[in-house]
Amino acid sequence: MTRFSRRTLLKAGAAFAGVSAIGSPAIVRAQAARIKIGHLVPLTGFLGAIGSYAQLGVKMAAEEINASGGIMGKQIDLMSEDSVNPATASTKAQRMIEQDGAVLLFGEISSASSLTIMQFAERNKKVFFSTGARSDALRGKDCNRYSFHCDIPNTVMVNAVGTALKQKGMVKGKKFVTLTADYIFGHDLLKAAKAFFSANDATLIGDELIATDVTDFSPYLLKVRQAKPDVVCCNLAGNQVTNLVKQYAEFGFPYPLVGFNLNTGDAWAMGEGNLSGTWPTVWYHTLDNPASKAFVEAFSKKYGKPPENHAWIEYITLKMIAQAITETKSTESDALIGYFEKQAQFDIMKSRKAYFRSWDHQLVQEAYPFTVKAKNEMKDKWDMLVLGEAVPAAGADLETIYPTKTQNPCNMKA
Amino acid sequence: MQFGFLLEQVVNGLVLGGYYLLIALGLSLIFSVGGIVNLAHGAFYALGAYISVEITKYLGFGSAVVLSPVAVALLGILFERFILRRFYDADPILSLLVTFALAMVTEQAIRIIWGAPPISAAIPQALRGSVFLGDFLFSRYRLLILAVVAAVLLGVWLLLHKTSFGRVVRAGIQRPDMVAALGIRLQPYMTAIVMLGVGMAALGGAFFAPITIVHPAMGAEIITVAFVVVVIGGLGSFWGVVISALLVGVVRGITIHFAPAAGEASIYVLMFLVLMVRPRGLLGERIEKFE
Repeated sequence: MTRFSRRTLLKAGAAFAGVSAIGSPAIVRAQAARIKIGHLVPLTGFLGAIGSYAQLGVKMAAEEINASGGIMGKQIDLMSEDSVNPATASTKAQRMIEQDGAVLLFGEISSASSLTIMQFAERNKKVFFSTGARSDALRGKDCNRYSFHCDIPNTVMVNAVGTALKQKGMVKGKKFVTLTADYIFGHDLLKAAKAFFSANDATLIGDELIATDVTDFSPYLLKVRQAKPDVVCCNLAGNQVTNLVKQYAEFGFPYPLVGFNLNTGDAWAMGEGNLSGTWPTVWYHTLDNPASKAFVEAFSKKYGKPPENHAWIEYITLKMIAQAITETKSTESDALIGYFEKQAQFDIMKSRKAYFRSWDHQLVQEAYPFTVKAKNEMKDKWDMLVLGEAVPAAGADLETIYPTKTQNPCNMKA
Repeated sequence: MQFGFLLEQVVNGLVLGGYYLLIALGLSLIFSVGGIVNLAHGAFYALGAYISVEITKYLGFGSAVVLSPVAVALLGILFERFILRRFYDADPILSLLVTFALAMVTEQAIRIIWGAPPISAAIPQALRGSVFLGDFLFSRYRLLILAVVAAVLLGVWLLLHKTSFGRVVRAGIQRPDMVAALGIRLQPYMTAIVMLGVGMAALGGAFFAPITIVHPAMGAEIITVAFVVVVIGGLGSFWGVVISALLVGVVRGITIHFAPAAGEASIYVLMFLVLMVRPRGLLGERIEKFE
C-alpha cells in the first residue's frame, strides 16, 4: 500500500489546480471562434455496431461543413462520444452542455437513453435532436419543446411493413407470434403492432419479452414452434435482430419471419442466405436520386463501405442544424425551435422533402418496406435489399402514415 | 404435450450447456493448475470466431473449425510463455489486471483489424434446418456441436486421467511443491494446458460464429457465463464443470419456458443457491494453495 504524505498530496493538488487555471483561457477563446456541438451515440452494447456507422456519418458532415468555411464563418467543434447506457448518456449530456460549452446536442439510437437526454434538454432549455430512437412515446406522452425526432417512429415502421404484408395476404385471419425487446422501445413497438393486428383481423397468439442481453434464442424458438403461428414477427433491436435471424435460419422453421424494426447494419451482419421476409427501413444506399447517390459515393470513397441508415441520418441532421443556424444567425434554443416549427423543408436525399411537424417535432418523411435480394442478383455484399414502393404512395399526404394527434398525443409545455 | 415441450427445452439446454462447457473447462483448468483467473479467456473465444470466419472464406467451414482453434492454441503458447509465466507466484490481483488488460487490448485489436460493425457468417447449407425425433425437434447444427463437444470432452478426460501427462497435471493442481521435489518442471505442462484451454474456447467461437453475432465485444459477453459455470462446478474437478455447464443450460431453458423474463437471472440465482450450500462449488476440491 503506497502512502502519500500530506505534502505530496498538497503539491499534486496545487499542480492540478495550476494546470486547470492555465488550461481554461484556451477554452474560453475557443468558444468565441467555434460552434461546439455535442453528439452522443452508443458505440458499445447491443446497439454499438450501428452506432459506429452513425459516428462515421456525423464526422463526415462536420468535415464537409468545416471545409466549406463552417457555419457563419465559425468552425464546428464536434464532440462525439459513446453514450453507453441511459445513465451515462445523461451524465455526458450534462458535461457537454455545462462544462464543454456545447450549444446543442444530437444523436442516440436507444429510446431509453434518448429519453434521459430529452429530459435533460428540457430542464436546461437546450435543443436536442434525437436521431435514431424510434419509440412512439418519445414523440407522444414524453415529448417536450426542446426535443426533435429524426427517425421514423414505431407506428410508421408497423404501417410500412403492414401495408406490404397486407398486399401479400399475410395479415387478415393470420396468427402471429412476436418476439419483443424488453425495454421502452420494444414495449412501444408491441403496442403499435397490437393496434395494427386488431385493426386488420389478425390475432396475436404469443408474445415473448426478451431482455436486451440475450444472445441465444433457442429456448424462445422452441416456444415459437409450440405456438404454431402463421407468421413470426421480430420486434427486437440492434444486435439481437441479427442473432435472432441467424438462429431462425439455423432451425429452419416453415413460418415466415417478418419484423417491424431493422437497421441495415444489422442486416449486413446476418450472413448469406439467413435473412428473408419483409422489413421496414428509413433509407437505403441504393435509393435512386442524385443527392443520395452523391452522398453514397463520397462516403464509400472515404470509408471503403457504403453508408448505413444511421450514417445517413446523422449526416442529414447535422446538415439541417447547420442550415438552421445559418438562416437564423443564432445558436439560441428559442430561435432554432422557432425556425423548425415553421416547418421549414429539407432535402434529405429522398424523392420528397421532409419537415419537422410543429406539434410533435417529428421529421415527416417517406419510409420503405423491403424484401431480400436473391444472392445471384447482388452486386456486392452490401447490395442485399430490394426496396418496395415508398410509403405513403406518391401523391398521398406524407402524414397519413404518422400517428395522429389523438393516437399519440403530445402536449408541450410552452 | 406440455411435458414434451419441457423435455425439448431440457435437451436444448443440454446442448447449450455443452457450448458453455467448451469455454468454461479451459478457464477452470488454467485456474486450477496455474492459479490464474484468465479474464482474457473470452478474447480467445472471439479470436476463434473471427479467424474461423476468415478461413471459411478460403477453405470452407470444415477446415475453419479445425484450423482456427489450432491457430489460437499457438497464440496460447505466446500468451503463456511471455505473459502468464511471470505471474504464477505473484499477487493474484496482478494476473487479474494483466489478463483484463489483455482482454481489452484484444477487443480493440479486433476493432482495428476487422472494424467495429459485426462481420457476417452463415451455416453451410447442408447443416441447416431441424431434425425431428418422434415429436422432438432439434437444430441439426446444434446436434453437430453436441457431438463435437462430447468428443472433445472424452479426449480431455482421457488426457487427464489415462496419460502420464494427466497425472502430472493433476498432481500439479494439488501439490505443486511435491511435483517440483520429484524433479518435474510444471512449466511445459502449463504451456500445454493453456494451449488446450484457449484452443477449446476458440473451438466454441468457431462453432458459434455462424449462429450468433460476430462482433468485437463477443468475448466479454461470454466470459460472465463461463465464470458462473466454473464457480458452480467448483475448482479442480473435471466433472464438476461438466455437470455445472449442463445444469446452467437446462436451468436457463426451463426458466425461459415458464418465466421468460427471468431467463437470464436464473443462472445467477442458481449460483447463489449452490454457493450457499456448497461454498467450494458442486464438486470443488479443497486445494491447499488457494485456501
